[in-house]
Amino acid sequence: MQLWLIPVFPFVGFALNGLFGRKLPKRAIDVIAVGSVLLSFLWVLKTLNALGVFAGGNALETAYVEHYFTWIQSGTLNVSIDLAVDRLTAVMLMVVTGVGFLIHVYSVGYMADEGGYYRFFSYLNLFMFFMLVLVLGANFLLLFVGWEGVGLCSYLLIGFYFLEKFATDAGNKAFIVNRIGDFGFSLAIFLVGIHFGSLDFGRVFGQIRDMPVEASPGWITAISLLLLVGAIGKSAQIPLYVWLPDAMAGPTPVSALIHAATMVTAGVYMVARSSQIYLHSTFALDIVAIVGLTTAFFAATIGLAQNDIKKVFAYSTVSQLGYMFVGLGTGAFSAGIFHLMTHAFFKALLFLGAGSVIHALSGEQDLRHMGGLRKQIPITFWTLMCAGVAIAGVPPFSGFHSKDEILAAAYHHAPWMYWVGVLTAFMTAFYVFRALFLCFFGEYRGEHHPHESPVVMWGPLAVLAALSLAGGYINVPRFLEPMFPLAEGGGDQWLVYVSVAAGLGGIALAYLFYVASPKLADSFANAFHALYSLIYNKYFVDELYDATVVRPVVDGSRTLLWRGVDVGVIDGAVNGIGHRARGIGGVLRLAQSGYIRNYAAWMVAGAILVIAMIGLAGGAR
Amino acid sequence: MPPLPQSVPISWYLTLSAILFGLGVAGFLYRRNIITVFMSIELMLNAVNLSFVTFSYKLKQVDGHIFSFFVMVVAAAEAAVGLAIILTVFKNRQTLEIDEVSSLRN
Repeated sequence: MQLWLIPVFPFVGFALNGLFGRKLPKRAIDVIAVGSVLLSFLWVLKTLNALGVFAGGNALETAYVEHYFTWIQSGTLNVSIDLAVDRLTAVMLMVVTGVGFLIHVYSVGYMADEGGYYRFFSYLNLFMFFMLVLVLGANFLLLFVGWEGVGLCSYLLIGFYFLEKFATDAGNKAFIVNRIGDFGFSLAIFLVGIHFGSLDFGRVFGQIRDMPVEASPGWITAISLLLLVGAIGKSAQIPLYVWLPDAMAGPTPVSALIHAATMVTAGVYMVARSSQIYLHSTFALDIVAIVGLTTAFFAATIGLAQNDIKKVFAYSTVSQLGYMFVGLGTGAFSAGIFHLMTHAFFKALLFLGAGSVIHALSGEQDLRHMGGLRKQIPITFWTLMCAGVAIAGVPPFSGFHSKDEILAAAYHHAPWMYWVGVLTAFMTAFYVFRALFLCFFGEYRGEHHPHESPVVMWGPLAVLAALSLAGGYINVPRFLEPMFPLAEGGGDQWLVYVSVAAGLGGIALAYLFYVASPKLADSFANAFHALYSLIYNKYFVDELYDATVVRPVVDGSRTLLWRGVDVGVIDGAVNGIGHRARGIGGVLRLAQSGYIRNYAAWMVAGAILVIAMIGLAGGAR
Repeated sequence: MPPLPQSVPISWYLTLSAILFGLGVAGFLYRRNIITVFMSIELMLNAVNLSFVTFSYKLKQVDGHIFSFFVMVVAAAEAAVGLAIILTVFKNRQTLEIDEVSSLRN
């Protein structure tokens, strides 16, 4: 079936553009970059079709694995380069290559006037390669390779405008914060290797499936929690979410592809992939749900008061990722993956639409300098509205279906989780429509002359808008049923009504505040000034981390490690050896007078000494 | 007065060789003129030759003779090169004081 071709196509694109892109004309770069991802997408379609996925029925109920070669053999541990497709991977492959292709097309328009054009596309293709390795890898180590690779590409693309200090800072922040998560993830992989003697998904999950759930040992909880640490880093959950809003320093297509649709969902994918392990540790599952719920709630509150359009959507991403974790943590793994897919559609659309607005306004990102744009850029307006109703959970659009699944699962798990989720849904609808109303309604408050984006940009927007509207009818939970059994008992009907009412209420409140009577929002902000400034400043979390982690580390490095260890010990040792050698040499050089007679005298003295010693020893006779 | 021995004893040859070698060393160490130093080296070489030949005679083996021939050949070559160098040094510096030829020092 040649699964390896799926990731290799973008890799070839990366290699061609990366090596020769500087000399290639722009058209050729476009063809290579977009074409390689398109080929990859078509190959995914062909493969899945050959495996009978589109025919329905019970195709692909067990994973289809391709073994290539042994990678690492050490003692009893044997790690191979294996790629595998099962139903979960099939969903991920469609999302990654499909949305990835659309965003590549969009980037051709968005990046048209930017420097480093070939560099951008080669990074983007490299990202696709690693992301596909991540979802196709059939063991933990290969997943980890993709995991680190996408982290690298994320770093490179956040810092794409590397002449700007804030962009490189944001790149560093993303990379360093992710180190913490990856540390946990690698420990989890070690534990899996120790206890299962294998890293292969099939063998690990096969072994754990036969273990009794009730008496599962503590190390399973340890593995689950350490995997969760990795997922928290990559998927930007509390307490490691701080890198994602800053990651918006990268170009907007990057925000859409990496920091909304695909890479940040890798944590969700990984937890779902390891569902067998989590099902053996209810404690870890509860932690997943609580982390997700807290993140969903707090990120949503921060999103209420942001003025940068990309920041609003960034906090929205954090919040929606939290939703997915709620789904996973309440045992509704398929609902989490379902939301992952619909979120990929509407959040990619929100970011690309925001990019289209920014493009139209020649780089303006501040909502306070927008307004009234719906006449000037109607296509962007309508597509963004589609994304808005989808994320707000208005039936029958895509977000409604997936969010509903998660909320129903949350209610069956613990009703209070459902109510927090509903409150979050209300705030989600409010802040998204606040951004859209500020952007498209009222009077224009900026100076630039807005212009609609070219077709190469609004084409992908239109496709994503269609997917955002209708994507909810792709019945992912049913498709994933062989892997993740559906929760028993349908949700009560009133749960749906309440969550829909929350979404519509949020939209209505946003309309009241920002279209009907704009003064109300300001007076509201003034009335609750302390609360407003708390969320406006993002709960001062960055400042808190700065004071408790960053400063101590920097100061400690500077005074102890640099001035103490490095200058004192290491440099001291090296310089000390140098000084000592110089001192000894200073004594010895006295013997080197440069007078040939002195040397001769030394030789004579030596010869006499040798002869005398032989004589004393009673030698040669 | 003891009777004269039948032939000259080995120790006499060796003593002569040692005296010649000592003279060569002393000349090398104490004389300043390059040519004298050079002659001292030749003296040392020939002192060694003498002891080679002596031992060859004593042990009834021809190796010592061959060695001394080698030494002579090398000494001849050395004399040719050495004298040429000395001539060049004198041409350039108008001196044969060995301590003045020290431009490589420091």
